[in-house]
Amino acid sequence: MQSQLPLYPEQASNFAPHVDALMLFISAVCFFFAVAITVAIVFFFFKYHRKEADAVGVPIHGDSRLEAAWMIVPLILAMAMFGWGAVVYVDYRHTPQDTLDVYVIAKQWMWKAQQPNGLKEINELHVPVGRNVRLTLASEDVIHDFYVPAFRVKMDVVPGHYNTMWFRPTKPGRYHFFCSQYCGTNHALMGGWVTVMEPSDYAAWLSGSSGGEANPVVAGEKLFAEKACITCHVANGTGRAPSLSGLYGAQVLLADGSTVTADDAYVRESILQPSAKIVAGYQPLMPTFQGQLTEEQILALTTYIKSLESQPVPAKGAGIASPSEKR
Amino acid sequence: MPREHYLNATYGIRSWLLTTDHKRIALLYLASVTFFFFIGGLFATMIRIHLLTPSGYLVTPETYNKLFTMHGVAMIFFFLIPSIPAVLGNFLIPMMIGAKDLAFPKINLLSWYIYIIGGCFVLYSFGTGGLDTGWTFYTPLSSVYSNSAVTPAVLGIFINGFSSILTGLNFIVTIHTMRAPGMTWFRLPLFAWAHYATSLVMVLGTPVVAITLLLAGLERMFHLGFFNPALGGDPILFQHLFWFYSHPAVYIMILPAMGVTSEIIPTFARKPIFGYSFIAGSSIAIAVIGFLVWAHHMFVTGESTYAALTFSFLSYVVAIPSAVKVFNWTSTLYKGSISWDTPMLYALGFIGLFLIGGLTGLFLACLGLDIHIHDTYFVVAHFHYIMVGGAVMGYVGGLHFWWPKITGKLYPEALSRFAAVVLFIGFNLTFFPQFILGYLGMPRRYHTYPPEFQVLNVLSTAGASVLALGYLLPMAYLIWSMRYGKVAGPNPWPATGLEWKTDSPPPTENFHITPEVTWEPYDYKNRPDLGLAAGSPLAPVPGDD
Repeated sequence: MQSQLPLYPEQASNFAPHVDALMLFISAVCFFFAVAITVAIVFFFFKYHRKEADAVGVPIHGDSRLEAAWMIVPLILAMAMFGWGAVVYVDYRHTPQDTLDVYVIAKQWMWKAQQPNGLKEINELHVPVGRNVRLTLASEDVIHDFYVPAFRVKMDVVPGHYNTMWFRPTKPGRYHFFCSQYCGTNHALMGGWVTVMEPSDYAAWLSGSSGGEANPVVAGEKLFAEKACITCHVANGTGRAPSLSGLYGAQVLLADGSTVTADDAYVRESILQPSAKIVAGYQPLMPTFQGQLTEEQILALTTYIKSLESQPVPAKGAGIASPSEKR
Repeated sequence: MPREHYLNATYGIRSWLLTTDHKRIALLYLASVTFFFFIGGLFATMIRIHLLTPSGYLVTPETYNKLFTMHGVAMIFFFLIPSIPAVLGNFLIPMMIGAKDLAFPKINLLSWYIYIIGGCFVLYSFGTGGLDTGWTFYTPLSSVYSNSAVTPAVLGIFINGFSSILTGLNFIVTIHTMRAPGMTWFRLPLFAWAHYATSLVMVLGTPVVAITLLLAGLERMFHLGFFNPALGGDPILFQHLFWFYSHPAVYIMILPAMGVTSEIIPTFARKPIFGYSFIAGSSIAIAVIGFLVWAHHMFVTGESTYAALTFSFLSYVVAIPSAVKVFNWTSTLYKGSISWDTPMLYALGFIGLFLIGGLTGLFLACLGLDIHIHDTYFVVAHFHYIMVGGAVMGYVGGLHFWWPKITGKLYPEALSRFAAVVLFIGFNLTFFPQFILGYLGMPRRYHTYPPEFQVLNVLSTAGASVLALGYLLPMAYLIWSMRYGKVAGPNPWPATGLEWKTDSPPPTENFHITPEVTWEPYDYKNRPDLGLAAGSPLAPVPGDD
């Protein structure tokens, strides 16, 4: 632990040193101006204190060179802050290629995380040190926010959207995570711990603690049959809807001639608003599942679809442009 | 004291409730905003006591959430937004421009009644189940999931919005059409310029928040899908609409306080304000650019990177006119004849606190930094520095400055200076620790918190008790002074504005004869009527003005 009264939280991710450096820079500039102006005010306050009851001040009306100076100099400093902040922000929003993908579902008032192998945790998140981790965030009800102060990362979890965030833990340990978007009664209790482990420990943990929890691939397969997806999305591509084999990560050719990457957001949208993006060569026949599936069920379906290996030579082309571009 | 003035011209409860005198309406507002200030203050007190221990000291989570929500709603919509404009603005704008009243005296009274009706709805919400959505009313929490009395609250704020709009309209028309002979635009007091800018924001922004909250109410009552994704709505749309008003609303709160400061500083330095036209112009610039920065409240909602870059850039741009004001106020002190009267202490305290509030805005406007400090106590500290350190210091300072004009009486000077210092110290003790709490990662709106945050929370609560004393003292001696204070006379400071050219308290028609303005604003040199040693300044006059 740090001293009794620390000024900044632990630095445990790739972002933390950059954010703290930025903080230091802006603090230094602001401290300079705050002190300079305060000193000036206090100095004038005493120096020009009224000695005689009827004295008046010197009538000085202004100086346009001074006005220009104190517009231009602060503007330059402000632009430096803006620029540096933008650089750091772009890094936040630019997810690297090889990530460990973890799904996080928020609901009043708990967090569920799903590891790549389907292992689920509640109010806990285990990640390996040194690996780029990407979280895909979904909410079952209101807006929540996933916030890890030690990583300096934060992202809203908005119902109806998938938001993603990424970070690279740099230091093993246990760190608080919080819900930082007010979400109702037990908002303050909606937190937990991120455990950053050595890669070998993480691998052991991942294989050793798959308890009785249902595998999401199995759950997804069951849903796929229950909701009758299977009647149209036939695996060999002969159905009324495109085959989903090998879909995930591929480029999909749409009816309007454009292409889209079949990622989580695309799969989710295609389930909830099927007519938003029609695959080339198919009719908009699919009904909407808006309001009929929970985020957890959508995630199970996505995980199942992800698990479907590419099948050789799908008939009708199936709209998949270049399966080789799979992640 | 004059024999007849606006306070004793007529008597009886009807003469107050049916008055169209802007000065009496200002006093009606003074009583009602003070009432809401104490309601909001009571909630704040309970919040600070509750946070003394990590597990929460006083109330259940439900109650805590209601406390901070009702604190915010009472303070923002029913105290801060109307405080300076509806009390001081109402009283002073006609007097400052040499008019007998506002352009629409009956609409002015109507504004107050609308405010009271809106206030009743909100009090009804507080009394019957309370409100636990946060003052921001984010959907779908407010429109679907909350079990508290959201509907009467949003209706109350919707209704109250019209009060703001009408007040703003009244000010704009009055400033355009009712200026006395010789009162050109660039002879207007900066208080009037600030209120003109504020009124623009009120008239253009308030309808948006009123409609937005109404839509949230309709979604709640009739399940119309505007913001609820389960009904095909988008919760992010709510945030865009809400902040389109609620960011400019910050300028509704701070611009009038800047106006007050721009009056006090030249008066107590007895010299023209430095850079009049830059201060006037910066008020308008803040009002205009302030409309273009709203999505900086939404950097972590998943908005596009380009949107984030644009709004961050514009947020830095809007900082410049505020900086211009601070530099000009400071320069005004140079070679002044500075007195240490109470209003001056408030004005300088305002600059100090607004400086910290404004500078910490630069941290939040910074994209890379905002991700970490967004929705933490850093934000809480920042906006309290602006709204309490800035707007409330300006309001209390303004009350002290114009109290002799409003009541005709002086308050005890030594006690009031002491209270100003207590307020300044108490405020910093309360809110400065919250910047550190925020950077350490304590999220806002938490009824319980990890034990490592306790020390700073205890400090903050200790400061709040000092702050409370700083508010109660002026409350007590100002009321005392109405009966026992020394008679002030027309112009006790003396100040240069037109409002000081008439009796204290003024007659109902403000001026016995319509004044004619022949001097420049804040001019002490060519004003023999002020009875000062004009022409004998501390040093030779430089030729560059």
